[in-house]
Amino acid sequence: MAKYLLLKHYRGAPAAVNDVPMDRWTPEEVTAHVQYMEDFATRLEGTGEFVDGQALAPDGMWVRSDGEGRPPVTDGPFAETKDLIAGWMIIDVDTRERAIELAGELSAAPGAGGEPIHEWLEVRPFLGAPPTITE
Amino acid sequence: MDRVMDAARLRTLVPAVIGTLGRRGADFAAAEDAVQEALVEAVRVWPDDPPRDPQGWLVTVAWRKFLDATRADTSRRRREVRVEEEPAPGPAPDVDDTLQLYFLCAHPSLSPASAVALTLRAVGGLTTRQIAQAYLVPEATMAQRISRAKRTVSGVRFDRPGDLATVLRVLYLVFNEGYSGDVDLAAEAIRLTRELAARVDEPEASGLLALMLLHSARRPARTRADGTLVTLAEQDRGRWDQALITEGVAVLQAALARDRLGEYQAQAAVAALHADARTAAETDWVQIVEWYDELVRLTGSPVARLNRAVAVGEADGPRAGLAALAELDPGLPRYDAVAAYLHERDGDRAAAARLYAEAARAAANLPEREHLTRQAARLNAALRG
Repeated sequence: MAKYLLLKHYRGAPAAVNDVPMDRWTPEEVTAHVQYMEDFATRLEGTGEFVDGQALAPDGMWVRSDGEGRPPVTDGPFAETKDLIAGWMIIDVDTRERAIELAGELSAAPGAGGEPIHEWLEVRPFLGAPPTITE
Repeated sequence: MDRVMDAARLRTLVPAVIGTLGRRGADFAAAEDAVQEALVEAVRVWPDDPPRDPQGWLVTVAWRKFLDATRADTSRRRREVRVEEEPAPGPAPDVDDTLQLYFLCAHPSLSPASAVALTLRAVGGLTTRQIAQAYLVPEATMAQRISRAKRTVSGVRFDRPGDLATVLRVLYLVFNEGYSGDVDLAAEAIRLTRELAARVDEPEASGLLALMLLHSARRPARTRADGTLVTLAEQDRGRWDQALITEGVAVLQAALARDRLGEYQAQAAVAALHADARTAAETDWVQIVEWYDELVRLTGSPVARLNRAVAVGEADGPRAGLAALAELDPGLPRYDAVAAYLHERDGDRAAAARLYAEAARAAANLPEREHLTRQAARLNAALRG
């Protein structure tokens, strides 16, 4: 029983095996890819392992406080930002091995030519609740 | 019964009602669903119209729900199934329905997460929503986890004794790894373990109950108002719950007298020795080391070895603790935290600061990470002078 965040990157991950930008795929390949992701989430709901999944727009902005009584400062997006998150899925699984297995499956979503992308996904464990018994 | 039962008492009736439906011929999954529906109706109806016999009421309503569901099912499938409207109560049970339910819900074919969810629903009588909130997952996900678990055990016969070790493991998980939502899972684990210990002739069930009671006793002192952790040595022992300690020690002594030691009794014995010390300095670390020796002998667990190294450090000094630690795998969870503690006691504050920072990076939860970060910060500030 541990939650993991599977992170998909627009930029910043090592290059995928089938590394063709999505806008060069055929429309059918895009549809097949989206369908694979949806089926994957549905299947995880069925196994009782799905927690949440969201996609993110690539164009964000940077915001910081500029002191009390002043509006926050906004900036960006910065083209040079190396790490850009495309979306996430949160899973709740029994073991680390299961998290790796599922990330592997998600990474095999079809891309250009209908071939699996084999993209790198970042897998990050959640910090959980402290156990009651530690001694 | 002339007054409304509270939800907690209502839930205690659930296993027996599921058992009664089972003896009347309902399969476990359908019986469990029907009882959940009856619970919902009880919560709605009882405040205005409390039944004299709550359990009888639940059996009647749950059986009706079961028949309704069966009819709906059969008509959907256009199949004829004869179902008795008023079945005979069946032969007097020679098995304990509630106990069988514990075994079924913790069946070895289930994953730990599934067994926990099914136990909380079918034995604990919690709703799917409550369980989902407690474990921070969507209700739909928890519903699927439970229905899959039910399918997994659908072929299991209801009338054979099961594996007590897996039941104890599941209850331990509910107690130890429970998140906190509206439902107090630690209290729920204690309730279910108490019920179990009364039904089986097994000192380990009592050992687990004692372990839970003794750790629960420290709960008021374990965290500050802001949620930060207080180490055992720093806890205000005046805030420990003496009633829980008294009960835990009594339960443990009765279990130990049976002379069938197991891992939960050994862990409870350690907790009892801590509970026995009025101040941290009065702790009988020599005896605690002996109990960890037993625990290592019983389980071979690396975590027990790590905790033993801490105890050795207290009993025989930090050098001895570090020597015990040196025999263990540095990749163990909390290894760096233990090493940091022992190095500081040995006077090596620079090593301790570095190891606390390492330990913070590897911590598996936020309160522990913050605690370890503060330890590193405290030592670094002292080192800067």
